[in-house]
Amino acid sequence: MRILIDLFITFFKTGLFTFGGGYAMLPILKDEVVTKHKWADENELLNYFSIGQCTPGIIAVNVATFCGYKLKKIIGALVATFALILPSLIIITLIASVLLHFMENEYVIRTMHGVRIGVAAVLLKIVFDLSKRIYKQSIFKKADITVFMIAVFAILVLKISSISIIFLAFLAGLLRLYIERLRT
Amino acid sequence: MIYLTLFYEFFLIGLFAIGGGATTIPFLFDLSTKYGWFSFDELTNMVAISESTPGPIGINMATYAGFKTASYFGGFIATLGLITPSVVIIILVSKALKYYACNQTFKHILASLQPAVVALVLNATLQIAKASLTNILPILIFIFLFFFMHFYKANSVFYIILGGILGFALKL
Repeated sequence: MRILIDLFITFFKTGLFTFGGGYAMLPILKDEVVTKHKWADENELLNYFSIGQCTPGIIAVNVATFCGYKLKKIIGALVATFALILPSLIIITLIASVLLHFMENEYVIRTMHGVRIGVAAVLLKIVFDLSKRIYKQSIFKKADITVFMIAVFAILVLKISSISIIFLAFLAGLLRLYIERLRT
Repeated sequence: MIYLTLFYEFFLIGLFAIGGGATTIPFLFDLSTKYGWFSFDELTNMVAISESTPGPIGINMATYAGFKTASYFGGFIATLGLITPSVVIIILVSKALKYYACNQTFKHILASLQPAVVALVLNATLQIAKASLTNILPILIFIFLFFFMHFYKANSVFYIILGGILGFALKL
């Protein structure tokens, strides 16, 4: 029981103090999981992150489920994950319910218009950063650029849904792997 | 049954949005066109709020979108739908496969998904830009913010709030 309460408190804190998710969680989790509670060593924690990155879903949730499961099996996984999402549920619900009442206000409309421009700029930056990182790490640069071009065409011109795009890219990845195997 | 639909749609997002964070946004765009649960403008507000409040962005987005669609319980159901694939997959991975989920073959296939993910996020960015850059002043603010990022490195929240202040002050 003690461990479950500790799990809850730890991941509630992580959800409450992390802005942005993903790797932003790493420092807090290192302090809590590795240094304070010794539930996992640093290597294990990094392993959780890399597995979290190559399985579907939100990385933060994957890491919470992993830690919880390791300590207290399924009940631990559920407690840790629920604790992680609880701050978001509370804060966002509060903001959403308040904000919806002010959406007609002239000052709020102005501010939110500016905020949306900020979001567009931030997202464009994310696209550039992502492209740069992926291009640098890529082993098959030509293939990756081709996939990108085809995806852009499929999204903008053919209006194919995001899920289909991911699915098609997955098939393309399988095909490429198969071709490589044939060659060697 | 709105709750079932919400759960199902967010379950799919949880299953297909690999990498988390901004990758959830294109999927929410699809929902907006498919069901009309929220407009593009509202979606962009959601991104701003999710980025500037604590917690993983994907979770924040799901809670907000669910709340917009079907109030308090809707927020809860959407979030539950989003995390269910993760929880199930991770429990299976730690049970049976140990560290196999990250083997070389799987890594290769995932690497080939990344360019497609970038294309999706790029499209979401273009949609948001198209909806918010309605005039010459917004375009100037956008250009200013984008270049400002290169000279002054800060958290994303900083630029979003700066955009809000400029929007307020310049009477957009």
